[in-house]
This record gives sequence, structure tokens and C-alpha cells, in this order.
Amino acid sequence: MRVVLGEDLVLLRDGLIRLLEAYDFDVVEAVDSGPALLKALVDHRPDVAVVDVRLPPTFTDEGLRAAIEARKRVPGLPILVLSQYVEQLYARELLSDRGGAVGYLLKDRVSDVRQFVDAIRRVATGGTAMDPEVINQLLARGARDQPLTTLTPREREVLSLMAEGRSNGAIAARLFVTEKAVGKHIANIFGKLDLPLSEDDNRRVLAVLAYLDRV
Amino acid sequence: MTDHDLVRAARARLTQAALGLARAALCVAGLALIPLQLYAYPLILVTVGVPLLLLVTALARRYTGFFRRWASRVLEVDIPAPYRLPVNRGPMTRVRTIATDPATWRDLAFLPVNAIVGVLCGVLPAALWINGVLGFVYPVIWLDHGRVYYVAIGYDTPGNFVLAPLLGIGFLVLAWWATPRAARLHATVARKLLAPSTTAALTDRVRVLADSRADTVDAQAAELRRIERDLHDGAQARLVALGLSLGMAEELLSRDPKAAQELLAEARQTSTQALAELRHLVRGIHPPVLADRGLDGALRALALAHPLPVEVDLELAGRPEAPVESAAYFAVAETLTNVAKHSGATAAWVRVRHAGGRLSLMIGDDGRGGAEAAEGGGLRGIERRLAAFDGTLGIASPVGGPTIVTMELPCELSSVKTSSSSGTA
Repeated sequence: MRVVLGEDLVLLRDGLIRLLEAYDFDVVEAVDSGPALLKALVDHRPDVAVVDVRLPPTFTDEGLRAAIEARKRVPGLPILVLSQYVEQLYARELLSDRGGAVGYLLKDRVSDVRQFVDAIRRVATGGTAMDPEVINQLLARGARDQPLTTLTPREREVLSLMAEGRSNGAIAARLFVTEKAVGKHIANIFGKLDLPLSEDDNRRVLAVLAYLDRV
Repeated sequence: MTDHDLVRAARARLTQAALGLARAALCVAGLALIPLQLYAYPLILVTVGVPLLLLVTALARRYTGFFRRWASRVLEVDIPAPYRLPVNRGPMTRVRTIATDPATWRDLAFLPVNAIVGVLCGVLPAALWINGVLGFVYPVIWLDHGRVYYVAIGYDTPGNFVLAPLLGIGFLVLAWWATPRAARLHATVARKLLAPSTTAALTDRVRVLADSRADTVDAQAAELRRIERDLHDGAQARLVALGLSLGMAEELLSRDPKAAQELLAEARQTSTQALAELRHLVRGIHPPVLADRGLDGALRALALAHPLPVEVDLELAGRPEAPVESAAYFAVAETLTNVAKHSGATAAWVRVRHAGGRLSLMIGDDGRGGAEAAEGGGLRGIERRLAAFDGTLGIASPVGGPTIVTMELPCELSSVKTSSSSGTA
């Protein structure tokens, strides 16, 4: 799997390259600035890109802007954005083109290597990887939302794991239940939130995120 | 100008002239305050002077206050009252404050000057109007064999029957011209004497600056102490623990791989916690989103993270300087936190504009109201921090709500347009 990496801190860049290569990713280019990143993304059209939000020259949200711009030029280009902090505003911007194949994670999450690699693979295959903190903020905001309050605690757990972008299988494994049980919970959640239940995993995730973002 | 406009303008001038005449009377009456005040001082020795002086001073300040307000209306400028505030409410303190306040003596000097200028500026336009009208009245009296002189012309020359009305017109034109100017002249003189003197204004300014600087230094020192403590108890301690776990894992790796693995997992968890604490700390110092996106993005991000729906309405042609921007951000953030904690509101809004060299921020909610900047409260803290930038805070919060908090910060905007988060707000 071909990867473009955008990270300006040498320590972290080398660490990420080592990690990715250990899991058989092929890092085709590792760049350290916003403009170089945009060029690399458009030139290489990688299977997935891992991008730091804050990059030179401005050291603000250069990476995020490059990612959004690249996705405008190459629709559906899978990009996983890493950041030292999460902002719902940025999550919303990344999700706004409704194309999926995006991720937005705290940098801390790289320490759980398996989960992190999972997230990269998920984004590469058109899925979504949202940081639990984004989902927590969204759920906290939805505290007054009538349909959300009718969810059982278990259904809320399933909802947040699903919103993070996890597949039914992964949710089942995480909660120590069968996939069938997860499927039932999801059907209940979609019923209560009055959302159309789609067969496609990714589309379901995006529907849930759009719902949470609206309330 | 139509006839109707002319009539209305004439009526306005005549009213102005009549008011000027009335003011002249008031100016003369004001002279009575001089002996009253001067008599009160020696009487302080026999105690009755104390209430008398307080009463007379209150009266005199009302009197000058009237002229201050009138002059500020005529000249369309703000004329602040220059009086010192007593440090406490004790009668002797108040007497001492009054007696040592230069403004008291300036008020006293104002009275005779005001009497002279007021009478001149009041009587002159009125006399001109009356003379103008008489220019038309006298020929009629002459016809009736009245033997009176109009200005310097007599009843015995036939040509004067034409000359008198012409002179009258001249007087009317002059009256028309002089009426507003006389009022302005009077107001200008009043302002000179009643506005705080440059020294008083500067003294006042220095006091405000010294206060706000002391507050700023205090607040900054407290903030640094908090950051130091947070780092010491938080991230630093965790990094020590991390090193410990890693060292032990290294030690155990060959002998007891299972225990080493547990230690490594622990180390990873510790690093995550340390990062979370650092992140929290950084957000409190300078939120990254503020650096990235300016007030626009930062306030929208704030609104998104707020438990209540918050509507953000921001129109800025550029970005304020970084310190002002940061102060404005934290002021709004803290006010919104207050809204969530105390107001019982179901929704809030934020409005940001820049006009006349001032950044104005308004935060409103539909809660129960009754908010005030009590000592030690959150709003008082915001007020202090805004003061460091010459900013002000106003609260309109009747019991029962709604509450609107208004903040103003003088600042210029840099011309760079804030690259707005396109269509995502």
C-alpha cells in the first residue's frame, strides 16, 4: 500500500516511517511542508496519506488545508489527519465533502500501534476514522437531543464506536458480543434516530456523523 | 428651501434665542452660589458648616452639571465630570475631598464668567430679533404720529419709512446668523471651564493605568504559577513515571518478558495521559485553533464545543493584534462558560464587530438574568483582564433575563483577511 507522509518534526517523521514500513506500507514520499504535501498528494495519488495538521511555512493548519485542497483536486483521496489536539470544526471540514475515506486522530493514538494501523487501513479502503474525543464532544453536545436520550447505554456505546468508523466486526470484538447483536443494536439506533439503514458500512458511519454534527 | 422649511427653521432659531434669554437669567442666578459656598467653609468650625457645605456643593455640582450636559449637547462632544471620588462615605472625608479637589474651585471660578458670557450670549441675539421686528413696527407708529426714534433715524424724514424696514431686515439677518453662534460661544466657554483640566485628565489616566497594570501583573504571575504547578504535578511527574517503567521493562525483558510487556503497556498509557495534560494546558495558554484561524474559527470552534447551541455572528475585515485577539477570545470563552454554569439558558449568541477603532463583542443568552460583576466573580476577572488593553465590560442583565454582556477593546485590524473556513460554520 503506497503512503505519502506529511510531518515536519524529524523525530516523529522517522518514527512513523519505521512504523509504517514495519507493517508493509510503502512510504513513497515523506514531506515536511504544506505546499510540498499538496504537490506530493496530487503527483503520487497514494493509496492513503498520513498528514500532520500543523506544518510549515505558517505552522497553523497548513496540513489540513493541503489535505482538503488535494481532495478537491483528487476526489475521494484517502487522507488520515493527525493532530496534537482535536477540533470539531476541523472534523466537520474534513467530512464536509461526504466522500468518506478520511480520518482525524490525535497524535497520541499512534502509541496504540495496532489500532493506528487499523485506522490507516480503514481510511485507505474508503472508511472513516474519527478520534473518540471528537465523538465524545459530539455526544456531549447532543445531550439535549430527544432521540439521542432514548438510546440505552449499550446503544450509546455502539453508536460512539460506529461513529469512530469501526466495522460491525470490530465493534463486536470490542464489546465482547456477537456481530449479530451489534447488527441488532445498530438497527435499533437507526430506528430511534430515524435514519435510513443502509447495507454499506461506510455510508452508515457518515449518516451517523452527519446526524451527530447537526444536533 | 420651501416655505414650510423656512417657517420651521425660523421657529427653531426663535426658540433657541428664547432659551438663550432664559439661560442668561439662570447664569445670573448662579452667582448666588458663590457667597453660599464661601460662607460654608468657615462654618465648618461650628459643625453646621459640614452638612451645609455638602448640600451647597451638591447643589453647585448639579448646577454645573446642567451646563456641562448642555454644552456637551451643543458641541456634540463628551464632557466628563472632573470630580474626585471620596475614599469613603464619612462626612469629614467628603468635605476634605471637596475642599482639596481643584474642580471645586474651578466650578467657583466658572460662576462669574458664566454669568457674564451667559448674559451677553443670551441678551444679544434676543435684542437683535426684537430690533428686527421693530423695524416694521415703527413706521406704523410714525403714521399714528408717534414721536419716537428707531435706532438713529427719526419720524420726520419721509425716506425713513422705507429705510426702517430695510434696517429691520438687516437686524433679522444678523439675528439669524448670531443666534446659534452665540449658543456655541457660550457652550465653548463653559466647556473650557467645566471639562477636566489636562492635568486632571492625565492624573486620572495615570491612576487607571497604574491600577490596570497592577492587576495585569498580578494576573500574569498567578497564571505562571498555575502553569508551573500544572507542569510539575502533571506532565513532568508522568514523564518520570514513564522513564521508570521503561527502565524496569528494559531490565526485565530477558528474564521475564511477560512482566516487561505489562510495564511497556503501562508506559504507553502514562505517555497518553501526559499528552492529554499538556494538551489541556496548551489550550489554556493559547488555543491552537486561535493561532490557526483567528477569532472567527476559534469562536466557531468554541460554539461547537459548548453544551448549548451558540450562534456566532462575526464580521471582521482583518485580524486584531495577537494579544488583543487572545484577550477577546478568553473573555468570550469565560463568559460562555458562565452562561453554561449559571444562567439556566437554552441558547446563547455571540456578535463580533469592529468599528471606529474598537472591537466590540456581545454575548447574550435567554437565561434567568441577574448577572453582575461581583468582586471575585468571573465577570469581574474578565473586566480586569480587558482593562489591561483599555477594554471595557458592560452587563445588562435584568432579573428574569435576558442577559447581554458587552465588551469593547480599542484596536486596529491588520488588513489581511481572515481566511474563513469556507461554508462550514
